[in-house]
Amino acid sequence: MDAHALKNDFTVLRNQTLTYLDTAASSLKPDVVLEAMNAYYHNNPVNVHRGVYEMSHVATKHYEQARRDIANFINADFEEVVFTRGASSALNLVALTWGEQNLQAGDEIVTSMLEHHSHLLPWQQLAKRKKASLVYVPLNAEGRITEAALKKVITKRTKILTLTYVSNTLGYKTPLEPIIKIAKAHGIKTSIDAAQAVPHTPVDVKKLDCDFLAFSGHKMCGPSGIGVLYAKRELLDKLDPLEYGGDMNDRVGLYDVEVKRPPYKFETGTPPIAEAIGLARAVQYLSKIGLEKIANHEHHLATLAIAGLQSIEGVTIYNPTTDTGIVNFNFDGVHPHDAVTVFDEASVALRAGHHCAQLVLKFLEVSATLRASFYLYNTEEDVQHFIKTVASARRFFTKVGF
Amino acid sequence: MQKMEHLYRQIIMDHYKNPRHKGLKDDSSFVTHRHKNPSCGDDITIQSRVENGIVKEIRHDGTGCSICCSSASVVADLLTNKTVDEARSLIHNYIKMIADQPFEQEDALEDALAYEGVKQFPARIKCATIAWKALEATLDEEEGETVE
Ligand SMILES: Cc1ncc(COP(=O)(O)O)c(C=O)c1O
Repeated sequence: MDAHALKNDFTVLRNQTLTYLDTAASSLKPDVVLEAMNAYYHNNPVNVHRGVYEMSHVATKHYEQARRDIANFINADFEEVVFTRGASSALNLVALTWGEQNLQAGDEIVTSMLEHHSHLLPWQQLAKRKKASLVYVPLNAEGRITEAALKKVITKRTKILTLTYVSNTLGYKTPLEPIIKIAKAHGIKTSIDAAQAVPHTPVDVKKLDCDFLAFSGHKMCGPSGIGVLYAKRELLDKLDPLEYGGDMNDRVGLYDVEVKRPPYKFETGTPPIAEAIGLARAVQYLSKIGLEKIANHEHHLATLAIAGLQSIEGVTIYNPTTDTGIVNFNFDGVHPHDAVTVFDEASVALRAGHHCAQLVLKFLEVSATLRASFYLYNTEEDVQHFIKTVASARRFFTKVGF
Repeated sequence: MQKMEHLYRQIIMDHYKNPRHKGLKDDSSFVTHRHKNPSCGDDITIQSRVENGIVKEIRHDGTGCSICCSSASVVADLLTNKTVDEARSLIHNYIKMIADQPFEQEDALEDALAYEGVKQFPARIKCATIAWKALEATLDEEEGETVE
């Protein structure tokens, strides 16, 4: 793949000298995605599943084709793809439906300190309401979830594993295949936060055999305002909806309602139509480049960046063995928010802070860090510019007396 | 790096490295306010003790970037022994300066003038104002109590 050429697909990269290293927060969006969304707004900007006129029929066709494309992308069945507002609302949906409807006092929920707040807090709060226990799988010295550690924490009371696929802070990939096998063997359900996995690496939900899996459109070249909850069909069949309203029912009576089959029973109200169409176009864009290639490319850039950072005195790297395009570091003695301003000056966009994963920072025993994350549109020149900026920032901070 | 040099002035680094009035008092005559910026982790607690309309003592503690921590020291230094009205007026003028709006009392702002460079970094405005706003909140609470 040719990252230099890919930069041309993005207006924001064509028009300015931006070194964008914050894809883990949100990716940039290629023009083809915007065009696909515009085509909906220009040509048939009407509601779906409602009108009996031609234009609504066309909008519905495009919307449902988007679902089909996205289902194929992760090897799910059409009925197993529920559109949500994003990964956060998809992960909450699991806790508020399956969790609410199945957990009891004394049950155990296994989670990890690597979780994003969107995957931690719904279960933490549910555990409180249900008087269930939240059990943290101990991370190894590097900060990874391992199969061995997981085996040690599961008990007869464990009902669900709620784990991230890729840590948004440390870039580690959880060994999910063996872990999910263990869960299956014990009748334990699995909720997987794949917000940092689906955009970057091939994900096959059938092979993975997870029960629930969530991701967001805006981190994978798609629009904000849409995400996906994948869940096994037999689970979706059994669960009661979280929200009731228009479009999710077949028949409404005075005292009862017959809800639609999945995925529709979980999608009340007018859905994010343009966003679904945009996300399907993003999926097509990513597939054409190839997810394996994207994964290798960004890991290659992260490896170069780590080597560069290691050559600079006074910089600490928290994940030198990252599996992905995510690099996490700090300038010794310099608060990340001071550091990030230097990068801003050099038109390098980085993330400073706790990355919505405060427990990871607790594990690292720091209050905040800097994160650079690489994606398909980043080049080796971006890495060089990044490292040059780190080196001159280090000199500057030492000079002004940090 | 020129804009950066303008931001990280010597006065600022000096207050960062050698903060004045640091450390909280366990004393009920102080009013305490804690302000946080969860997006970057700035976390500042300010205490003030007002007597007869005069800010007699200011204390601060917390964690954050150099701009945030140093400005707690600067505001404590500057507003000690000012009347509450003077203090409020300086706070408002400082915040205007940071927001790149016309402001007054240039001379009276003393060390705080070193923060003028922040206006070139809109993303850092919160860092430079969090301690000042926390202090203002202690004064508001103080006055609320006297009115009662
Ligand atoms: C690992 C992980 N999970 C969940 C989320 C939440 O995604 P969203 O903000 O799109 O709902 C994010 C994004 O910040 C993430 O990185």
